[in-house]
Amino acid sequence: MARRAAPEVNAGSMADIAFLLLIFFLVTTTIETDSGISRKLPPPQEDIVDPPVLKQKNIFVVELNKNNDLLVEEVPMELKDLREAAIKFLDNGGGKGEESCKYCQGSRDPSSSDNPNKAVISLRNNRETNYATYIAVQNELVAAYTTLRNREAQRLFGKTFVQMEKDLKDVNYSGNKETLKENIKKIQFLFPEKLSEAEPKK
Amino acid sequence: MSKFKKKKGGELPAISTASLPDIVFMLLFFFMVATVMRQNTLMIENKLPVADQIEKLDKKDLVMYIYAGKPSSRYRANAGDQARIQLNDKFADVSEIKAFVLAERASKREELIPFLTTALKVDGNTNMGLVGDIKKELRDIQALKINYTTRTGSATDNLK
Repeated sequence: MARRAAPEVNAGSMADIAFLLLIFFLVTTTIETDSGISRKLPPPQEDIVDPPVLKQKNIFVVELNKNNDLLVEEVPMELKDLREAAIKFLDNGGGKGEESCKYCQGSRDPSSSDNPNKAVISLRNNRETNYATYIAVQNELVAAYTTLRNREAQRLFGKTFVQMEKDLKDVNYSGNKETLKENIKKIQFLFPEKLSEAEPKK
Repeated sequence: MSKFKKKKGGELPAISTASLPDIVFMLLFFFMVATVMRQNTLMIENKLPVADQIEKLDKKDLVMYIYAGKPSSRYRANAGDQARIQLNDKFADVSEIKAFVLAERASKREELIPFLTTALKVDGNTNMGLVGDIKKELRDIQALKINYTTRTGSATDNLK
């Protein structure tokens, strides 16, 4: 008996099946946002310890009240000016002798912070403050630190701090990661992030 | 004489749809690869604030999510219209956060526990009181690495 060729399978409906799957995946896809401001919470305190004594001039008080108004050192301020004010405070370097800051480029005002190592930003918020406002303020304060770190990293190592951190995460980075880590530590030491958050007032 | 008959002009040739499945498959593969299945069904409004000093969370399996915000309109009858916390697929109380963190820790390998990050996905319109309570609970249970999940944009947009 003669062999008959197998009949060809009709592929015309393949497109329909593919469309069906496509529509399913289109509908279920959600583009997740998975980036944000990373912070570290202070560890819980075992018992009441005496707070360390800080000079008033080394504290930069940022307060948000329940009407979302921003008060910096008890003076109302617009959000857009906060970054500049924080940089000015951190970079002041008004200390003398041992406490002096060699790399600061600020105005060396004796009534403002002595040294970036000493300067603390204290953020206080009310329980009724809006979360979006709080994030905006956090963002500006982190930006102030990043700006200063970028400047120092550019001066010492010829690239920005942000770029250094990106390189550290990059698997294809050609340079030495150990030295890079050391350099990042150095910059972090020059401008340590000292951001204290008080318990919100009722 | 038919040899010299004029071709019938004007009739367009049909466009071949033979490559249509290929195009559709291409799209299909893109979406299959890009799809991340949502872990939790949101029961709250979750319009995240914007920020520009952001870091990307890359190890997705080492992140636990805490959602907070006003219940969405469908759940408002039962849950009220005050901002609530959502853990996994249900509304939760502040006191349940500790149990949630412990459960998340128990499901991870021991050496990975110090790298666990808590992502706070909080609606921009929430009061800081709730966020403060969440942070207090997290501090108490030593879950100190947190990330305020935000969208990318200029921070001044938050005030509008």
